[in-house]
Amino acid sequence: MIGLIGKKLGMSQVFGADGSLIPVTVIQTGPCRVVQKKTAQRDGYTALQLGFGVRKPQRANKPLLGHCKAAGAGPFTVLREFRVADVDNYEVGGELTIAQIFQAGELVDIVGRTKGRGFSGVIKRHGMSGFPGSHGTHEYFRHGGSIGNRSYPGRIFKGKRMAGQYGNDRMTALHLRVVEIRPESNLLLVRGSVPGARGGIVLIHKAVQG
Amino acid sequence: MSNLIDAIEASQLKTDIPDFKVGDTVRVHAKIIEGDKERIQVFEGAVIGRANGGNRATFTVRKISYGVGVERIFPLHSPRIDKIEVVTHGRVRRAKLYYLRELSGKAARIKGTRVRITTARVAVASPPPAEEPSSEQP
Repeated sequence: MIGLIGKKLGMSQVFGADGSLIPVTVIQTGPCRVVQKKTAQRDGYTALQLGFGVRKPQRANKPLLGHCKAAGAGPFTVLREFRVADVDNYEVGGELTIAQIFQAGELVDIVGRTKGRGFSGVIKRHGMSGFPGSHGTHEYFRHGGSIGNRSYPGRIFKGKRMAGQYGNDRMTALHLRVVEIRPESNLLLVRGSVPGARGGIVLIHKAVQG
Repeated sequence: MSNLIDAIEASQLKTDIPDFKVGDTVRVHAKIIEGDKERIQVFEGAVIGRANGGNRATFTVRKISYGVGVERIFPLHSPRIDKIEVVTHGRVRRAKLYYLRELSGKAARIKGTRVRITTARVAVASPPPAEEPSSEQP
């Protein structure tokens, strides 16, 4: 499904038409350019590769410069593919802007990379409650408790929730309402929060479900 | 980066808010939506606090209604506020007049001067977004 690449700028609040205050995430998105068309004959699937963001030419390597040349624009900071059933409607080098793809009021899904939290314990990672701060707890405050039984089953079940890497995952926020689009400054305002830190790269496409 | 967000917030600001301070008595004409009808309700009382912050700025108005203290927090730039009238200017030495909650009757008065009522209509700087999804409320 066709979408756009964007950059999360941060959150704010705007007044709706009925006067209610709506929490919004501001995303700078587009204009993206079609860099490459993936076709069924050549690649086995159909998709559009879009480029977003301006990279200084001296910071790009020659393969990237050559790859972006067909799009007729300088090297991009981000290249992402969007699966599109029919690529014939698009031209390599063609520009896709926010107003062409989205309109206020519709629902979108937004893919982002969540903030990395490193190796986190079970309280932060799984919301476990830990142990009491008093009543005799000894050096066992943020542990997860028992992880299994004894000789039967004699092992720890797969998928047992334990400490480990948390965050820095690709995550999709479903069904976010587009509150407003500002084509003159390429801004998209969606209701609610979006995965990732400010400045993070997000992919936006129309809501998959209903 | 964030100045783009500042621009969004700036476009939401009203330009015609009368100059009022903490301690002033104001008359807030709030739009109330009942079903599909809209009417204006006036809430008159003392401003006991203001919170700044771009389009999130609010102010708190306190009045005594049938012997019961009532406080309402209004978003300053809300389109649901039709206009704000300043009735009196009060002379106070605090930024937040929360001590009035403990006082009643004569002790809860604020010294001040009555002003000619400014009937400046509050106008929104830019029209709100034309299209608004109906299923906005969660």
